[in-house]
Amino acid sequence: MTAIIKGTTGDWEMVIGLEVHAQIISQSKLMSCSPASFGAQPNENVSFVDSAFPGMLPVVNKECVRQAVRTGLALGAKINKKSVFARKNYFYADLPQGYQISQADQPTVGEGVVTIDLQDGTTKEIGIERLHIEQDAGKSIHDQHPEKSFIDLNRSGVGLMEIVSNPDIRSAEEAGAYFTKIQTIVQYIDSCDGIMARGSMRADVNVSVRRVGDKNLGTRTECKNINSVRFIKQAIMVEATRQVEILENGGVIDQETRLFDAEKGETRTMRSKEDAHDYRYFPDPDLLPVVIDDEFINECKDSLPELPDTKKERFINEFGLSSYDGAVLVANKKNASYFEKVASGVKNKKLAANWVVSELFGALKKAELDINDCPVKAQDLAELISLIEDNTISGKIAKEVFADMFKTSKKPAVIVEEKGLKQITDTGAIEGIIDTVITENPNQVAKVKENPKLIGWFVGQVMQKTAGKANPAMVNKLLAQKLK
Amino acid sequence: MTDLTKLTISQATTGLKNKDFSAVELTTSYINQMEKTDNLNAYITKTTDNALSQAKIADNNIASGNMRPMEGMPIAHKDLLCTKGVKTTAGSKMLDNFTPDYESTVSQKLAESGCISLGKLNLDQFAMGSNGQSSFYGGTKNPWGNDLVAGGSSSGSACAVSARSAIASTGTDTGGSIRQPSAFCGVAGIRPTYGRCSRWGVVAYASSLDQVGPIGKDVRDCAIMLSNMSGHDEKDSTSANIPVPDFEAVLTGDVKGLKIGIPKEYYIDDMPQEIAKIWDNGKKMLVEAGAEIVDVSLPHTKYALPAYYIIACAEASSNLSRYDGVRYGHRVSGKELDEMYELTRSEGFGEEVKRRILMGTYVLSAGFYDAYYIKAQKVRRLVANDFKKAFESVDALLTPITPSPAFKIGENQEDPVKMYLNDVFSVTLNMAGLPGMSVPVGLSDSGLPLGLQIIGKAFDEETVLKASYALEKQAKFDATPNI
Amino acid sequence: MSFSNDDVKKVAKLSRIRIDDKQLEQYTNDIQKVLGFMEQLNELNTDNVEPMANPLDGVQVLRNDEIKDGGYPETIVNNATDDTMNFFTVPKVVE
Ligand SMILES: [Mg+2]
Ligand SMILES: [Zn+2]
Repeated sequence: MTAIIKGTTGDWEMVIGLEVHAQIISQSKLMSCSPASFGAQPNENVSFVDSAFPGMLPVVNKECVRQAVRTGLALGAKINKKSVFARKNYFYADLPQGYQISQADQPTVGEGVVTIDLQDGTTKEIGIERLHIEQDAGKSIHDQHPEKSFIDLNRSGVGLMEIVSNPDIRSAEEAGAYFTKIQTIVQYIDSCDGIMARGSMRADVNVSVRRVGDKNLGTRTECKNINSVRFIKQAIMVEATRQVEILENGGVIDQETRLFDAEKGETRTMRSKEDAHDYRYFPDPDLLPVVIDDEFINECKDSLPELPDTKKERFINEFGLSSYDGAVLVANKKNASYFEKVASGVKNKKLAANWVVSELFGALKKAELDINDCPVKAQDLAELISLIEDNTISGKIAKEVFADMFKTSKKPAVIVEEKGLKQITDTGAIEGIIDTVITENPNQVAKVKENPKLIGWFVGQVMQKTAGKANPAMVNKLLAQKLK
Repeated sequence: MTDLTKLTISQATTGLKNKDFSAVELTTSYINQMEKTDNLNAYITKTTDNALSQAKIADNNIASGNMRPMEGMPIAHKDLLCTKGVKTTAGSKMLDNFTPDYESTVSQKLAESGCISLGKLNLDQFAMGSNGQSSFYGGTKNPWGNDLVAGGSSSGSACAVSARSAIASTGTDTGGSIRQPSAFCGVAGIRPTYGRCSRWGVVAYASSLDQVGPIGKDVRDCAIMLSNMSGHDEKDSTSANIPVPDFEAVLTGDVKGLKIGIPKEYYIDDMPQEIAKIWDNGKKMLVEAGAEIVDVSLPHTKYALPAYYIIACAEASSNLSRYDGVRYGHRVSGKELDEMYELTRSEGFGEEVKRRILMGTYVLSAGFYDAYYIKAQKVRRLVANDFKKAFESVDALLTPITPSPAFKIGENQEDPVKMYLNDVFSVTLNMAGLPGMSVPVGLSDSGLPLGLQIIGKAFDEETVLKASYALEKQAKFDATPNI
Repeated sequence: MSFSNDDVKKVAKLSRIRIDDKQLEQYTNDIQKVLGFMEQLNELNTDNVEPMANPLDGVQVLRNDEIKDGGYPETIVNNATDDTMNFFTVPKVVE
């Protein structure tokens, strides 16, 4: 679905491409044997290689190549058996070598495709241009000293995957969905933890605009290093609107790198503009071409878990779930696995999906809890649903029980027992109560005989007298017989 | 007792074994010689105290019968090899204050073989140069004449061996930097095949061309050094994982049946008479020793030098980006980051280094990359293919190594192209990654040493050493500088 | 080929090397000469030649993913002329 920007002179569409940087999950860094872990003391996870001391040399971490290939396979992308590491040359305080080891014209992963789910229930395919492996930079800290920036190289040299999309994205919503989908995929296969707050995933957003119907691409700008989905969407809207305004006033767009300022809600030119980037890529002479064989690729393939799209299909086909429920459930690996645990313990999978999607996710959202910290175990939720299925409690009572479970983490059977919520399914007992109600309300009996639709009043009375525990189906059936 | 500094490694080893003298005595002789020849400026840093304590350990090892292959040999390292706890400068102001906390693989291996390090040897800044004059610590002088250059960039390495202020030394050779100063100083030096010695811990100039190698008094000493410094290193991705032969074992003097190629393209225009003559003599010597001389062609020879400078400068421009004043080395403060970078680098690097960085940046920059860098890489392939083809019919090649004997300090300096032409015979094999050795074979008309070069197939240093040894034996070169 | 003072300025900026105006001419002349020398290569037709980046006809050895390094922050900053609390420091960067 294309989002249109209404200008004063006509309608404009956005053309968007994303470069997603995802930190690779590995023990050690891409080119050195120091730890790739997060949260160490300043320069603690740094070797002489990472800090580019004289004479230090890079050696490629196999795990990083493996993770990139796995991710490439998960994106349905072409795997290049030969890839070449190149140097991207530029000076920056947190780039100790004065170049980033990356991949240029021969990346490890080539073209692929990602299917995104949109709010209106439709899906769209976004093309992947490539995935390449590169080193992360260190970190500059600007707010510790009035005249100095502090440099911590702990992140310097950690392996990154840069996933570059085609300019197939047409709205902020699509961009968000695309980013989220990449996040879902890397989390599924454990190639990146996807935690944006740690900077494990971030995006460069390329935006251009053109008049609706125009086939040519406009000049694009790039907003670098955006670290939340909300900001990605905001940056796109802000930047596209800025471009439309310029163009409608007869101006031209400069191809440039811009900075998105979330606080001010604007994008602006980065200061180093006059220093036109010329990265002078060339093959890293310290490294030889990386060549992988079918066996390596097959091992990567075999290591992949069921991917979100496949899982969704299976949920729809095997469990009869709606496309919406399927999409919601697979969007997060942990949610999906929670659901599968629940579903495995019950007969009615659709009922399980309803419970997980509306009751459980609703409660978690309200309590601002992650599924990991969910007070209700999947097995317990399955038991609760089973209690509905075997008529021990009604659906309505189940909701009460669930609320209790969420608060206390108690087992459903225990709550039902303690509170005496077990459904009354004994015909004699229900008949007795019905008889009492009939005896006490002769006027109502007469009314029902004239108008059978009023039987609902009696159902209500019986349920009230049993505190909702009477099996509603039985109550209906018996009342119908007695008031015939 | 005779002057111990006149002994070769093999002679000194025998002397130590026989208890003719101690390692402390041997080392002391060298320390004395270092003092005596101090005016040559071969050393940037001397580690004599440490050398003496190492010599005591060597004597203990000898006494207890635990003599390692190079036990007690007082060598010195080009100051491009990082040495733990010892200042490592690359001959540049940029690293004047740099003391690494790690040891290069090659110097580590030599230490483990029993070598004693006397110190760090002078060189052209960041190994860029052919005259040994661009060092921040002053130029190196040639033991054969104080007004002469020692060659470069391993100027101190060749000078020290020639002046007997080290029994042998390490050098590096990116475009001739072991072979050319060896020839100028009348000593032997071999540049091994690319990948034979680890580059880990060696300050990089041009990564795809750099190789460490030994300089020694004779071919045998080079063979011994090479055996003890070679080998696979998992920390260097371009280090070859192949066994290291006992290089000394091939030195039989017998080259019967060996086919030696003479590349006709090395007869350059205006080749000095004395160079042509010494080359001719070399052929005769090898024939005398039983080898067969075969004419071969390396048609792309003349393009090797320009292509070499493109590639070397390109790689250097990137390799030297790390010298920014932030983590180590010289730093000039500035108000802004870029100002600090610019002041630091302008002040820290010498003129030749800066010129090569600028040229390297240019040939890699947008719009010029294909025309220069890619073109040079293609020519590199052609040069390598020339060698491959030649080695289908011969076992090694014999060529001149320098177009002249050592020249005067200050000469050739005003015109960079003229300066670069000194490398015309040496850079070709670096382009192809091949091993080559410079052997002193005679004196020039002016009484200065002249060398010849043996070039071999990749990882066939054995043939290179074998042929070089035969040449050395035939040449009976025994002239020494007057020091 | 024409290599001008402006070209020197451009690559000097990219290389973070400051060339003062007095030296500019000299650099331009020297580099111009060397580039002219390099352009001999244009005599060769290299249309079907594969560029050669490294003399080793090999492939990259991939190392195992093991932590064997790091954990010495004091040593890492030990050679820096300006550092604090195990951070390197630079003039304040304003983005
Ligand atoms: Mg980008
Ligand atoms: Zn990137």
